[in-house]
This record gives sequence, structure tokens and C-alpha cells, in this order.
Amino acid sequence: MLRLPQFTLERPTTIEEAIQLVADANGRGRFLAGGTDLIPNLKHEFIEADVVVALGGIEALRGIEVTAEGGLSIGPLTSLVDIAESADVQRIAPALAQAVGTIAGPQHRQMGTIGGNVMLDTRCQWINQSHFWRSSLGFCLKKDGSACHVVEGGKRCVAAASNDSAPALATLAATLDFQKAPTEYGNGKRTLAFDELFKADGAWNKKVSADELLTRIHIPATPVGHKGGYAKLRMRGSIDFPLLGVAARLDVDGEGVIEHADIVVIALQARPLRVRKASALLVGAKLGAASYDDALAAVMVAAYEQCHPLPNIPGDHEWRQEMVPIYVKRALAAAIA
Amino acid sequence: MGARDQHGTGAPWGDEFRAVGKSLRKIEGLSKATGEAVYADDIMLPGMLHAKLLRSPHAHARIVSIDTSKALALEGVHAIITGADLPICYGVIPWTKDENALAVDKVRFIGDEVAAVAAIDEDTANAAVRLIEVEYEVLHSYFDPNESLVRHEPAIHPGNKHGNISKRVELEFGDLESAFASADVVMEEDFVFHGSTHAAIEPHCAVARASADGLVTLWSSTQITHYVQREVSRVLGLPQSRLRVIQPTLGGAFGGKSDPFSLEFVVAKLALITGRPVKMLWTREEVFYAHRGRHPMQMRYKTGIKKDGHLTGVEATITIDGGSYSSFGLVTTYYSGQLLTGPYDFPNYRFDSTRVFTNKPPCGPKRGHGSVQPRFAFEIQLDELSEAIGMDPIEVRRVNDIGENTKTVNGQRVTSNGFGRCLDEVERASEWKTRRGKLPLGTGLGVAGSMYISGTNYPIYPNDMPQAGIQLKVDRSGLVTAFTGGNDIGQGSSSVVRTILCEELGLDPLDVRVVAADTDLCPVDLGAYSSRVTFMVGNATIDACRKLRKQIVEAVAAKWEVDAKRVYLGSGEVFDTEQRETKITTREAFEIAEAFHDTLGSTGAYNTPTLGGDYRGGSIGASPAYSFTAHVVEVDVDVETGMIDLKNVWVAHDCGRALNPMLVAGQMEGSAYMGIVEAVFEDHKVNRFGLHSGPSLLDYPLATALDTPELHALIVESIDPEGPYGAKEAGEGPLHPALPALSNAIYDAVGIRLRELPFTPGRVLTALRAKAALDKETKGASC
Ligand SMILES: Cc1cc2nc3c(=O)[nH]c(=O)nc-3n(C[C@H](O)[C@H](O)[C@H](O)COP(=O)(O)OP(=O)(O)OC[C@H]3O[C@@H](n4cnc5c(N)ncnc54)[C@H](O)[C@@H]3O)c2cc1C
Ligand code: SF4
Repeated sequence: MLRLPQFTLERPTTIEEAIQLVADANGRGRFLAGGTDLIPNLKHEFIEADVVVALGGIEALRGIEVTAEGGLSIGPLTSLVDIAESADVQRIAPALAQAVGTIAGPQHRQMGTIGGNVMLDTRCQWINQSHFWRSSLGFCLKKDGSACHVVEGGKRCVAAASNDSAPALATLAATLDFQKAPTEYGNGKRTLAFDELFKADGAWNKKVSADELLTRIHIPATPVGHKGGYAKLRMRGSIDFPLLGVAARLDVDGEGVIEHADIVVIALQARPLRVRKASALLVGAKLGAASYDDALAAVMVAAYEQCHPLPNIPGDHEWRQEMVPIYVKRALAAAIA
Repeated sequence: MGARDQHGTGAPWGDEFRAVGKSLRKIEGLSKATGEAVYADDIMLPGMLHAKLLRSPHAHARIVSIDTSKALALEGVHAIITGADLPICYGVIPWTKDENALAVDKVRFIGDEVAAVAAIDEDTANAAVRLIEVEYEVLHSYFDPNESLVRHEPAIHPGNKHGNISKRVELEFGDLESAFASADVVMEEDFVFHGSTHAAIEPHCAVARASADGLVTLWSSTQITHYVQREVSRVLGLPQSRLRVIQPTLGGAFGGKSDPFSLEFVVAKLALITGRPVKMLWTREEVFYAHRGRHPMQMRYKTGIKKDGHLTGVEATITIDGGSYSSFGLVTTYYSGQLLTGPYDFPNYRFDSTRVFTNKPPCGPKRGHGSVQPRFAFEIQLDELSEAIGMDPIEVRRVNDIGENTKTVNGQRVTSNGFGRCLDEVERASEWKTRRGKLPLGTGLGVAGSMYISGTNYPIYPNDMPQAGIQLKVDRSGLVTAFTGGNDIGQGSSSVVRTILCEELGLDPLDVRVVAADTDLCPVDLGAYSSRVTFMVGNATIDACRKLRKQIVEAVAAKWEVDAKRVYLGSGEVFDTEQRETKITTREAFEIAEAFHDTLGSTGAYNTPTLGGDYRGGSIGASPAYSFTAHVVEVDVDVETGMIDLKNVWVAHDCGRALNPMLVAGQMEGSAYMGIVEAVFEDHKVNRFGLHSGPSLLDYPLATALDTPELHALIVESIDPEGPYGAKEAGEGPLHPALPALSNAIYDAVGIRLRELPFTPGRVLTALRAKAALDKETKGASC
């Protein structure tokens, strides 16, 4: 077995203690939720930490609540299996329940958390490897090296955002509460729209830094005619990260006419990608009518043209591109079903 | 009794079998389920050190210098060794010893072993490994076997006579020219088999201890204790008698633990140097580097057929990518041609196989050694030929069935043969006649057949001693203990021994112990490879049992003052057949025998009869009995994505006699799973830098329960005249037809012929597009 490098393990019981412990580690501290991403990455030594702050003892970070407005307030420490199986999540945010139900395997969903999934590191076949392997390669931009092996001559890491929950949360217009240790400049708290979380750099694809704790995930109420679906491309029926993940949202009126539409794709580059034309093409179409079929065909073309999978994660990227329209179709079908 | 005697195929003592044919639980089943079983990594000895390897970061390089001084200075480091400490070459095949435990002068793939550290714990050893400084001179590296065929400078093995060619075998039987001239249809096509690895769940691990008087004990997760003992003692300069090799409980092997491996030499050497026990456990990544998996092959097959379905001749040209070392490669090269000559009778055959070296992890034997790849190609071509002459592919296979008590074109003796019944079984169970060719677009059925060895008469190193030996100890307690060198690697070899003891001596399974694979305690046995164990160890066990039984019966007869023929022993009771009320328990019989003969015991042995064709290499692949298999695969192809959904595999296998039907069915299902999954998910490859493309079980995906088809084991019993009670092998044969049957099923489903593995969805889609374009063209042309 690969050995886990040495670090100090801290087990705070309050948010305040947790953020202070990471702040005190001067950039060498990490939060640990389920550990299903952090531990392999520490073993592979492209993440290094002197202090690992386990969040498991902080009760305030748990739970799924339905808000007075009919939305959801989710504690980041909630396990993936609890999210996938929650009747409230299935009702209010069906795409999220579906997406989370496809993450990894059953054991990972037991250990893994929704917060850890939001904060998941990017993935690339040249980085998710042991130190020996990466040293034989001569390393890469993301850690210890100067070249990218995906884009020749590339100056920015394009490792793939691979968190299945991300496109679903994006279509649901989720917001995220973060908190870090207070300083003289402020109390350390901020709230970000989900779309604002990511940036196009695979080395660290978040606009928050590693010392900011995700404390709550908010999902606004969805209308009565809300439909959400998720379609995931992977080789096996379980365990595998997405080769492509598509979340679709359709809000329809009483007649089945689409009032709002959104499609977001994951596992392309460092951040989730919204299919820009989706809303324009689908809004006004009526489910079950010819107008919907026409809109669907147009959306599939638009998605194919906009999404460009790279040879960052394993799997034939040209084939993955061909799968984009098909998985857009399947995500919409899952929403309507 | 002589080693080569036959023991008969029926129930030994009476009309019915008592233990044979019963699905007895595996001998180690409960201990594995409860966690009580002790694997190599469970061994902890007082004062034990942990060892780690420094591996080469280059695919091909000369070692200019190694400086271990900084590493040695690290606190907690006890010893460091390099190639200079273990300079003697080894290799499992005596003619191709081209490996060193640690690289001497050169490294030949990324991951090749360079130096080893023993330290107080794993972390210290790992830290020390990073402090070793090696200067390399990087050499041109070979990743494409076609380059190795023609370019020999720099040579991967400079001493090798044929440059980068590891082995070439050309054999011809009959007259190919007239064979193809007399055929109605001749097809010639190229096939590509990618590489795959075993991925046994237990990673390799070894522990060694040297006693003060110089005796070395080595626990290793090996499937061939005997060859490890031979090679490790030779390299260490120890007499074989001073090296004890023990195989603890094993977590799977599939051929991947047949070679002696670097870690075994290294822990033994480090134990001798430090005077402390030393353990080395490999990471999953290191297991991928150790590899010895299935060879990638590029194959060209040319086959002729007559309109009545009879094959006229087969010609094969094969390039085999051996990776960086020889391993079992000499045998692989022979097997790639020698094992194709059944279950079909073709009167003319030629093959030309060339194995080359490349700078990749070394290939070796994986379940179905050397013959899964040719079988893949040939069974697809046979399907195409069937279509060309308009005959049902099962029917074509029937027409060419070689039958029993015959000889193959390359001179191999075939005795029992249940292939025809295997075809009947899969045809019936899959509802072939009513479903094949008639299923909706996307769903299809495909068939394939195969034949495999039950051990061979080629014992790796030539000698006249038994290939299997066993010893029995029995005493007044009623317990019988068998000592066998046969390696139980999870396939059930010790369970087979126990079943036979129960059958022959009328024992309760709990009154039998099997001590296996400990070279100090057990007589030599050649270990678990080439599906030899049930056949050879089984026969040796019967041999030993009959000798022991004779002693016991003789003693009881003397006591009862009756003729020995009247004494029945075999049901837990011993009685006088003519006077039933005179009866005692088996334990009491042992007591009588111990008093009569003094301390009891017996030995048994097995050796193959002289077999094989009368030509160089004619004994390689010559087996005392062949097993036969047929598969029908049912598949769903998603025409939008190209993804393959495996629905059903019907596996009919002729295992001679199923000594334990549950174990036989387990082997059949496991084999079919392993084969079909290789075709769809696995690809053991190196990338453009020569690095393994993903040495982990996430990047090298094995099918989960969700991806596994329904596996239907259909046992066929042909009752082999020489096998133990008629048994033959079941561990490897049932893998072979899975891959070609899948390709043939995909053809039935969507009309594309996949001749290149693996069947990735991208490849399927490309083939579907090509077919659509062709269909359009021909449609256009006919209008
Ligand atoms: C074999 C395997 C397969 C997998 N397959 C998938 C898959 O298909 N899809 C998928 O999306 N993921 C997959 N994963 C990744 C992982 O299991 C999930 O993403 C999981 O949700 C991560 O949650 P965790 O609690 O285990 O995160 P951790 O490993 O504990 O943390 C992940 C990262 O988030 C940070 N973090 C955690 N909680 C917080 C917080 N509250 N605030 C701020 N930062 C935080 C950590 O510091 C760390 O950097 C797989 C993992 C494995 C090992
Ligand atoms: S995208 Fe490039 S820089 Fe980023 S991890 Fe992959 S190889 Fe490294």
C-alpha cells in the first residue's frame, strides 16, 4: 500500500476552531471531510499538508433542512448517500439527488460528503499518480513541474473539474457560505453564487483559498413545474469518475411549456461549462410537442459545438466529444422522466 | 504402485462416490471469510525490518553510478543493496536466465528494480530510497514491437544472440499450398490482442528470516514454491536444503505469481545481511510493474474451408510483444502455435511466432497462457468462414470436432473429448436456434470453442523425477495429514486433495489436514501453473491413498484372520463384507494398523506418460488430457454510444469429472468473467513516455458486479481415462472462448467485425459508421 505522509491531525468541534487551525498552518493546512479525495491526493503527494483538520466532530456542518421559502439548506458534512436518498432533495432538487447517487461507489458515498464534492480537486491522468510515477514523467505544471502534457506548450493547467454535484448545483443556482479566520480586515465570512466559485485554472480551480471553510450550501426553492436530471458517462456502472457529466434543468408551466432551461457540463476543463444557448433554444418549447423535438436537436448541436473534451482524463477525448449531444439528450430525458 | 499407473475412473470402493462429486465447502473458505487466514503481509516477526525498492525512472538506460551514502546515513536504515550484491542472473526457464533481482549495468523499463533498502519501518525505507543517487545514460527505448523486429541496436539484452528477438518458433505440419488450393473459401486477416494483467487482489509480499546457523526461511505469495526455492537458493549461493520456502494463504495469482520475483531475492539477502527478519510488500503500482501478464500479439491468420464446412488448413504469423524480460516467453512462443490444434481437426498447419523485447513491464503467463490470443483470432475467422459458406457457426464447429482418442495435426494425443456436448449445451441453453440472427438490432449472440491442457509433460527444467509428489501421515488419533507441494492459490488444490482422501479412506473432511507448499515439509511438486494440479496432484494423492489403504486393510485382515479382500474401508466404517457385524471405526483400524506395521505413512507420485510430437518443441503443449469449452455470449450494443452491455455468457466446459461441482462452476464463472472483461475494460499499456498508463485499480478498471453478465456454468463430464476419477482441468480453459464469442455476438447484434482488442466504445462507433457508409454505398450502387 502507498504510505500516507506524516501530518498532525486536529479534531475540532467548532467552526471557529477549525478555521483557526488551518489559518495557523500558514498555507500547509487542509480540511478533511470524508477524505475520499484528500487522502489519495496526499498519498500521491501533489497535495502536501502539515496539519489536517478533521471536520467530523463539527455538528453545525451537518444536516439537510427545508427552508421557510421551500428551498434547501445543506450542511457540507452531509454524506453523499444521505443527499441521494433524501426525499426532500429528490423533490426540490432532483438533478442533485441523481448526480450525487452516481458519485463513486457505495462505500465512497457513505464516507464522502457533499462539501468535499463541491471542493473536489481537479483530475488529470498526469497528476493522479504516485510521486514515483510523476517524477519519472518529470512532473507537470500543476505540481513540481513546468510543462503540461495535455496541451503542448500550455501555460495553464487544464485538469478537469470532475465533481458530479457541480453541474447540478449550478443549474439549481445554489449559493455557498464560506468562512475563514477573521482578520483586521473582516470577519472572514462571504457568500458566493455557485457559478462564481470556479476559475479556469486546474492547478486550483476555486476562487476561495484552501483556508476557507464551506459552511452551508443553499438551494433556492424550485417552482412547481421544476424538472431536473443528470446523465453521466463512465465505463463502469459504479466507482468511476465522470468522463462527462450533464445536468439539465427545465421549469415548465401548467401546459408543459418551458419557462426556464439550463444545461451545465462537467469533466471538460477546469470549471463546469454552461451550454450558453440552451435556455434560448428550449424556452417556449412544449414538452411532447414537435417544438420540443426541434429545440432538443438544436441544443444537442449547440452543446457539441461548445464542449471540447481534452485528453486530460482517461478515455478517448474525441469519443467523449461525440457523447456530448447524446448525454445532453439523456440528461433532458432524465429530467422529464 | 508405479507413478504412471492408472487408477480407474469409477468410485473406488463400491458403487457410489461418497465425497467426489459433492460440493464440499473449500478447505480455507471459512478462514478467509472470517479474516483468520494468514497472508504474507499478516506475518509479523520480532525485530522485523521493512524493505523498499528504488525503481528506474527510465525505460532504457545504462547505470553509470549509484551512490547510496546519503541513504545509508539516514537513521533507521540497516542495509542497502544494489545489483552488485546479487549479480547472478535468474529466470524461470533455464535457457533464458536474463533477470537480476536488482539491475546490473542496465535498466529495461520504467519500474525496473535498481536498489533495495531495509529500515526500521516503511516510511524510513521510503525516505532512504529517495536519497539514493543514480546516474543514468539514457538509451533509445523500444515501445513498438515492430521496431524491435528490425532494429537491434541498442540491444535490450546485449548478450542475446538475436538482438531484440526473444524467441522465434516456426513449425509446419502438412502441405499448406494444396490445403488452400483445395479450399472453397480462403480468408486472410489481421487481428490485434492488447495486453492485460492479472490484477490479483493480494499484492506480492515476501518475508525472510535467517537463523543464526544460516538457515533461511522465505514466506512468499508465490504460486510455485519449488521454482522460487531453486532460483533464490542459486542466486544467494545457498544449498537448496538450507532455504525453506513457504506459501502462506494466497489472495489470487492467475499466473502473475509464477515467476521468481525481485522481492524474494531481496528480502532473503537483506535478512542474511542484517540478521533481522525482513518484509517487503508491493504497492498496487509495483504489482503493475511486475506484470507478467498477457502478451500483446499481432496476428495474421489465413484459413481455408470447404463448402461442407471442413477446414483444409491454417497458417498463422504472430508477433509477440514480450516486454523487457524473457520470463516464460519461450513457452509462450510455442504455446501461441502449439495449442491451436484442437478442438478442430485441420490437416495442414503452419505457424511462425516471434517474440520480441520492448522496454515495457515484462509479459508472462496469464490464465490461458499463450493461447487466449490465437484463439481470439481464429474463432472470429471461423465465424466469418461459416458465414461465407452459409453454415451455422455451431454446425461448422461440430463438423470439425476432432473427436476422442485421436491425434492433432502437431502430434498431440487427445483422449477424452466432450467438445460436441459442450456445443450442444450452449446451443440449448442460449436458445441459439430460435434466437441467433433474429434478435432486434443491438442484441446478438456469438459462439466460440476452445481446448486447453491439463498440465504438460514439459517440466520447465528437464528431469526424470515425479512432477507431483505427496506424503501421508496417519496415526491412532484418526487424523490423516497430507503434505503436498501443490500450491493452493484459491483455485482449490488443497480441497481437491482432501476430497480424494475422504473418498479413498472413508474419512470425514474434518479428520483430514492438508499441509501445502512448504518446502521443508512437503515433497516436491511443480506448483500451480498450466492447469496441472487437479490432474497431477490428484493422481499422486490417489496413489498415496491406495498404498496406505493397503497397509491398513492388511493389518485389519490379519487381526480378523480373514482374507484382505473381505475388509471394506471407505465409509467411515471398516467391516468384513461377509460378516457385516464385524465392524470397527476407521480410527480403530488405524490403531490396529499402527500396532501391526509400526508408524504409518505413505507417499504417492505422478508423472506424465511420454507424450508429444517427435520434433523440437513437440513436447511443449503435450498434455495427458485436454479440456474443452464452448461459450455463447449475449450482448447489447448501444448504437448511440458504442458501449457494450454484457448480458449473458453460457459456459459449457468438459472438465472430465467434476470432483467438486461448486469449485468447477466457480472456476468456469471466474474464467468467463476474466476473459470477457479483458475485452471490454482492460488495457495494460504504456504511454508515449514509456510510463504505465495508469497503474491503479481506478485507471485499470475491472468490471464491477453491475458490469458483469449473468454467467451460466454448464458442466460437461467426459470422464478422462487417465485423470483422477476421470477429472481434467477447469481453471483456464473456460476463459478462452469468451473474447471471440463476444466479437461474434457483436457481429450478430450490429453487423460489425471487431478484430482488434479492446472493444472500446470509440472503436465500436467508428466501425458502426464505417459500416453505415458502406451500406449506403452498396445500396446506392444497386439502385
Ligand atoms: C475510487 C473513487 C471514485 C470516485 N468517483 C467519483 C465520482 O464518480 N464523482 C465524483 O464527483 N467524485 C468521485 N470521487 C471523489 C470523492 O469520493 C467525492 O468527490 C467525495 O464527495 C469527496 O468528499 P469527501 O468528503 O470525501 O472529501 P475530502 O476528501 O474530505 O475533501 C476533498 C477536498 O475538499 C476539501 N473540503 C472538504 N470539506 C470542505 C469544506 N467543508 N470546506 C472547504 N473545503 C472542504 C478538502 O480539504 C479537500 O481538498 C471518487 C473517489 C474515489 C476514491
Ligand atoms: S492538465 Fe497539464 S498541468 Fe494540469 S494536471 Fe494535467 S498535465 Fe498537469
